[in-house]
Amino acid sequence: MNRRDFLKTMGAVACMSGCTPRAGAFPEGELLGASGILGHRLRDGRLPAPGSKRRLHIAIVGAGVSGLSAGWALARAGVDDFAVLELEPEAGGNTRAGRNAVAAYPWGAHYLPIPSQESVATRIMLAEFGVLQGDPSDPRPRYDELHLCHAPQERLYINGLWQEGLMPHVGASQRDREQFQRFEGLMQSYKHRRDAQGRKAFAIPMALSARDPDLLALDQVSFRDFLYAQGLDSAPLHWYTDYSCRDDYGCTAAETSAWAGMHYFCCRDGEAVNAATGSVLTWPEGNAWLTRRLAEKVGSRLQTGAVVFRVEENRSGVELDVYHAGENRSERITADHVIWAAQLFALPRIQQGCRADLAAAISRLSHAPWLTANLTLRAPPAAAPTGAPRSWDNVLYGTPSLGYVVATHQHMRVSSGPTVLTYYRALANEKPASGRQRLLQTPWRIWAEDIMRELSAPHPDLPQLVQRIDIWRNGHAMVRPTVGFIWGKARECLLQPGRRLHLAHADLSGFSVFEEAQYRGVLAAERVLRALVVKHGSLLA
Amino acid sequence: MRPALLITVFLIASCGLAYELVAGALASYLLGDSVTQFSTVIGTYLFAMGIGSWLSKYIGGRLALRFVQVELLVGVLGGISAAVLFLLYAWVEGPFRLALYLMVLLIGVLVGLEIPLVMRILRQHVNFRDLVSQVLTFDYLGALAVSLLFPLVLAPHLGLVRSSFMFGLLNVAVAVWTIRLFRDELPVRALYMQCSLAALLLGAGFVGAERLTTLAEESMYADRIVYTESTPYQRIVLTRWRDDLRLFLNGNLQFSSHDEYRYHEALIHPALAMLPHPARVLVLGGGDGLALREILKYPAVHEITLVDLDPAMTHLFSHHPLLTRLNGNALNSPRAHVINADALIWLEQDGGRYDFIVADFPDPSNYAVGKLYTEAFYRLLDRHLKEDGLAVIQSTSPMYARRSFWTIVATLEAAGLQTSPYHALVPSFGEWGYIIASHRPYRPPANYPIPLRSLSAASTQGLFTFPPDMERLPVEVNHLNNQRLVRIFEEEWHEVIR
Repeated sequence: MNRRDFLKTMGAVACMSGCTPRAGAFPEGELLGASGILGHRLRDGRLPAPGSKRRLHIAIVGAGVSGLSAGWALARAGVDDFAVLELEPEAGGNTRAGRNAVAAYPWGAHYLPIPSQESVATRIMLAEFGVLQGDPSDPRPRYDELHLCHAPQERLYINGLWQEGLMPHVGASQRDREQFQRFEGLMQSYKHRRDAQGRKAFAIPMALSARDPDLLALDQVSFRDFLYAQGLDSAPLHWYTDYSCRDDYGCTAAETSAWAGMHYFCCRDGEAVNAATGSVLTWPEGNAWLTRRLAEKVGSRLQTGAVVFRVEENRSGVELDVYHAGENRSERITADHVIWAAQLFALPRIQQGCRADLAAAISRLSHAPWLTANLTLRAPPAAAPTGAPRSWDNVLYGTPSLGYVVATHQHMRVSSGPTVLTYYRALANEKPASGRQRLLQTPWRIWAEDIMRELSAPHPDLPQLVQRIDIWRNGHAMVRPTVGFIWGKARECLLQPGRRLHLAHADLSGFSVFEEAQYRGVLAAERVLRALVVKHGSLLA
Repeated sequence: MRPALLITVFLIASCGLAYELVAGALASYLLGDSVTQFSTVIGTYLFAMGIGSWLSKYIGGRLALRFVQVELLVGVLGGISAAVLFLLYAWVEGPFRLALYLMVLLIGVLVGLEIPLVMRILRQHVNFRDLVSQVLTFDYLGALAVSLLFPLVLAPHLGLVRSSFMFGLLNVAVAVWTIRLFRDELPVRALYMQCSLAALLLGAGFVGAERLTTLAEESMYADRIVYTESTPYQRIVLTRWRDDLRLFLNGNLQFSSHDEYRYHEALIHPALAMLPHPARVLVLGGGDGLALREILKYPAVHEITLVDLDPAMTHLFSHHPLLTRLNGNALNSPRAHVINADALIWLEQDGGRYDFIVADFPDPSNYAVGKLYTEAFYRLLDRHLKEDGLAVIQSTSPMYARRSFWTIVATLEAAGLQTSPYHALVPSFGEWGYIIASHRPYRPPANYPIPLRSLSAASTQGLFTFPPDMERLPVEVNHLNNQRLVRIFEEEWHEVIR
């Protein structure tokens, strides 16, 4: 008799004595998330004073997508004398991942759309990793089929039925369908729009987008209100656009700026010779597959558990006081240049003489709290006799979550064995601060029961299958492109180039997606390379 | 007296038709071909009724007594008819038809006696014109009632065996009633005794019908379902009909022992006969060992690795005496290595290269199996194929699933392989398709080194040409990220199976 059987027996005994049924059968799991302890020690300033000194050409703070991309760009240019300092015990940032006996699974970003032609750095990276085959500047390159999301890709659970695709067709009226069509037509027309210089209306990286006043004006209205103004009021359409905003930005369509909302639908026009436009690349561990390879390029220059707790820019360079948690000691690094690729909100607190306008701009940033859960299952949930088959992305209509993706979907195997489902939820329907508080204060059991209840609607057999529910909390998961932020004063201030301290984070783009983070990291790295007069080929053009 | 006898007419007419319907339904259920069964059963029955009517003239007096006796006989015989036929069919196949028609004949004769006897009894009370009119009216009304009741209510809810017992009891009830009506002129006690015995027999049959049918069906399938097993991967059912052994996986026919040699000879020999030194062979799928049997005919083959997902399949086909006889005990050959693994996972990990690879997978009817027909899979397969080696892929029917077949060809080509598609006739499957994939041009063999039943060198040449109804179509490549083949295959088979 193992522990589980023992608990079941005890549960059965408890039932007989009048306890609630199934008390012993609930799966196990734990609550995970960004290392709060180090963060709090950083905030409270109780870290040892530096005991040694080191000089470096370049220090990169943060080993998320932008920091690792900056390091990759430096390494490619032949620069050796740099370090990437990461507070967490592992690199990856929003692309962290876990692994158990069943599969590797994501804790954050889990896919990358096949890149548009403007996403030059991303294409070059994919070619380096063998994902993009051939010339990365080819308008329609070939992608390794193993990394393209396998069929079937996505389905939606609505009115008790799984339908193919995410646009809610089940139960939609003729009027709804007409609006879906008009919406798609509208997005198509913006997708093809170019300005006088030939720039796309909505490009990714977003910095390469057109600046036509009527386009920038879209930032002044919410995506929801923009749709209403277009005469689009269909409830299923609004569910779909709201879902899309929550999925990519962690905030509702009522808060998302129309510019950002449209960007989501218009920027992904990457083509491939062997995949449809809009196809995505994905891996069991999500985008950690990419950041682990970027981290390999950075190699031993990556230092984890390294807390930067003081920054000071002076005439000879930038001083960084760094606490190394593993060794419980601090050192002072003086670098010619620092690329700040960590979240910006900590910077004003630790930078000596941080510019007031910068501090003010940073205070305008708001971040969405997120919850991710990985459910380990003995076997996949039973397939419904009708409706769309089990897919990679499984979304539930009208629920607070974003549904789940199947970590084992990309496994090359025929038999269906144990699996891991990755469940996502942006706490978007409340103010970020209160959502963050709720996220951190709610105990594991409450979240786990909530998730089980939600997913048991389409999968009644789920309670018998789930063995573990591990939950990851991210209080500051992604910057929110709220109305007025993208083309507002605050972001403009963040974009002003520094002399030795270079900001590089998706925060600078106003929304957190892989291509933006990578662009910001590579952009900062190339600025530093130019300042240091290192010859290099650009990864951006 | 008169209305009572007319109700009797209604009831006996119902019973009479019921036995006819039960016999017809049972015969079509057990022997198939319902048109023939119903026609011959009805014909025999009506003819027998004619005999009964003719015989009625030899019954002189004591009409009521004779009628009661006929009722009891019909009730017992008709009541037990379905059960007796069922059991007879289950245990001895040969004399079933003889017994069936004999039973129908006997019941028919007795039923044929009923109406003439009733008419003669009634004649004493009614004038002839009214008599014919009324008796025949109630006769036909009874027939109508049962002809509706039987298919709608009785057969589906009570079953054939129970229904016939029930009608038997009805006949006995008619007998009891008649005894009551004519109690002055009949030996009441003796007749009641006989009625009780008949009712007891039929009642017991009615109650025990469930167990009786189970018993009959069990022994009926004892000859037919040889083996069943539900594994984590599939449901395996093996049936036998005379000397034809059939394997079903999840209800889909995998082979019939009558013509599987045609499928497996065509799968193996056109490619293998062309390889001068086929030392190392890989079989993916094919846990029945039948492809293996063909491969083992080549002494040059040193080593065959067979990778099949389901251990229950390979265990069954290496232990069951009927099956090891069929596959020549191939799975137990010292040259064969049987591995139970997922072909995709195994191929990713295996570093070997092979002279001959056989991909004998189930048809691409779902997204899981569909992965085994993608460009990515064929690239993986290609890595394991020697430079001068050959691979053969079972590729569903170019006749029924034409677009599917040519999609597989196009996908192999996209993976950088040369293809030689061909087809063969396997009666239990229809026209079936295969593709030889290679790095160098392939040419069919000029002669076979071993004797084959379904192939000659000359006939093999013809397999590589496709008539217009199976010709190549313009199709797209099947990728992991679209799996269009699964959809195409489903559409095409949906057209075929109604």
